[in-house]
Amino acid sequence: MIQVIYDGTFEGWLTAVFEIYEYKFEDVVFAKNEASATLLFSTHHHVMTDEEKANRVLSGIKKRLSAGGFSDFYKAFFSDLDEIEQIMFQFTKYALASPKNIEGDFSNSAVWDLRKATRLTRREAHRMEAFVRFKLTKDKLYYAIVEPDCNVLPVIENHFKKRYADQRWLIYDAKRKYGIYYDLENVSTIELQFNANSNSSKFLAEICDEQEEFYQNLWRCFFKSVNIESRKNMKLHMQHMPKRYWKNLTEKIPQI
Amino acid sequence: MVHERVMEKLAILADAAKYDVSCSSSGSKRENKDKGLGDAKGYGICHAYTEDGRCVSLLKILLTNHCIFDCAYCVSRKSNDIKRAAFTVQEVVDLTIGFYRRNYIEGLFLSSGIFDNPDYTMERLVRIAKKLRLEENFNGYIHLKAIPGASDELMKQAGIYADRLSVNVEMPTEQSLKLLAPDKNHIDVIKPMEYLKNEIVGHKEEKKLNYKAPIFAPAGQSTQMVIGATKESDLEILGMADYFYEKMNMKRVYYSGYVPISYDSRLPAIGTPVPIIRENRLYQADWLVRFYGFKVNEIVGLNQPNLDLDIDPKLGWALRNLNQFPVDVNTADLELIKRIPGIGYLSAKKIVAARQFKKLFPDDLKKLGIAYTRAKYFLAFATPFQLQRDLTSIQIKDQILNLQKSKYKNDFSNQLALF
Repeated sequence: MIQVIYDGTFEGWLTAVFEIYEYKFEDVVFAKNEASATLLFSTHHHVMTDEEKANRVLSGIKKRLSAGGFSDFYKAFFSDLDEIEQIMFQFTKYALASPKNIEGDFSNSAVWDLRKATRLTRREAHRMEAFVRFKLTKDKLYYAIVEPDCNVLPVIENHFKKRYADQRWLIYDAKRKYGIYYDLENVSTIELQFNANSNSSKFLAEICDEQEEFYQNLWRCFFKSVNIESRKNMKLHMQHMPKRYWKNLTEKIPQI
Repeated sequence: MVHERVMEKLAILADAAKYDVSCSSSGSKRENKDKGLGDAKGYGICHAYTEDGRCVSLLKILLTNHCIFDCAYCVSRKSNDIKRAAFTVQEVVDLTIGFYRRNYIEGLFLSSGIFDNPDYTMERLVRIAKKLRLEENFNGYIHLKAIPGASDELMKQAGIYADRLSVNVEMPTEQSLKLLAPDKNHIDVIKPMEYLKNEIVGHKEEKKLNYKAPIFAPAGQSTQMVIGATKESDLEILGMADYFYEKMNMKRVYYSGYVPISYDSRLPAIGTPVPIIRENRLYQADWLVRFYGFKVNEIVGLNQPNLDLDIDPKLGWALRNLNQFPVDVNTADLELIKRIPGIGYLSAKKIVAARQFKKLFPDDLKKLGIAYTRAKYFLAFATPFQLQRDLTSIQIKDQILNLQKSKYKNDFSNQLALF
């Protein structure tokens, strides 16, 4: 068994796939950055991300998939599943080996597992498009903190860029400790430390625009008022808005 | 904004608007332009869900709950002793923009009680939409109520600035309307629907010829019927809905289970449960007609004017038509596969795609995520079907009902509880 260690990026993974074919490795496991401790006795292979190698694999995959199929494939990478590299590798092997497009072969587990991963990312991306709650700071930056299950910031970037074209915004992934920032022209990735206690009233008063608290309270008031008590259905409520998201959802945080 | 007053108005006017069930924000084609604010292209987004499990997609409010009408089913009726309020045009604009910029909403759904006269009311609604579009360069979603009786010119303007327009028919039949809203006639709501249909179709045609032609209500029109306030059968309700889809080009017909809000003796008393299951069955039937190729008369008929409450309408249809089964998913047409209970629209498509690669067996179907325990009674697979072959409709129904853990199960159990 050979442990293939890459840098955790999509390009890195593509390079790894190239080298697996190049060196005819069989029975591989992937690891990000450091070798996994549980596999001390296996052989290691370190992959240096290489643009040329990555592009060759990329164009090979693209040739065998539809545009939509490739976009799904790419999204799967951000699912953050433990075994995602393996799932994508199985799919890639099948796609490259088959003379025709295999996207619809749903009874094949390589295709099905990839689809499941894609759906995971897609659902989480859609949730973040819904659950991001911007707060306005004194210097007119709209910022939001999220903690998504999947690494979806790269996937939702364009959505927010198009929609909020005329305001500066920052969406920060507190789980993965990085954010995306839009400066009215471009979106860039930034790393920073965010105050963990960012929902406290003192913190809000210090950094936020004077209207911010008022709008948050208006939103809470609206959210409460549109509920129909005689139709109460908490199970459905929780199903659509799982509890783990509540700490970043203004309407689920009691008024200060 | 004067803070406390605006907060109070929002509480009153959101509360009054919540019985309008439409929350859709999809189907428009409005893109962000000139680096303005917002984008209403493509799919809808539900930004939150209230404790009743309903989606919050739009800032859904009334401009005012002052109303000259006295419709018994409406919480804002003239004779009801409630707090009244009215937003100014600027307040609605500020709320919409403030909420949208914080990613709370997809846009605005603005309705209103009728104060003074229809034109006066409609003019205010249009003015808000116009201000959002032209002064704020807002490209988010706007749904406006079309006020029956408003002038064609105002309707036209509304269509230019809004993504969707709706006129609520509220009562499924003229008789019920006469009973509960004696000042109103069905024709009053049919006329503006017809006008909107013609404008929507006309603008679409024009757009084909000239891409620069203005868009008119790109997300179409919708309407709503209140269910369970009056005596109509599901046959009448679905028949009416079918008329709206066929003749009025409606994008959606919404069914709103009546929430008792009045001691009026013409209506179900306060405390009567909301007919949530019936409402759900109507939506399922609506979906069957719109996406599954069913005709209304296959789902309900004169001999069976109401939908079953204990099973969904597709299963109901299948049990009445066992002669159409079993279906072999490896050879059958997509249209027929869609009719198998336990196989949804997307699963049917997946099956048709997957069977090109290999013959599908029960294990493959399970992997594809279909509800196999339901579907198996209707599938032509060699082995398991042998076992099911001689079951009657009633036996199949009992077996399926035993399998599913419906939260409504207690309401339907015809067995006596022993303990």
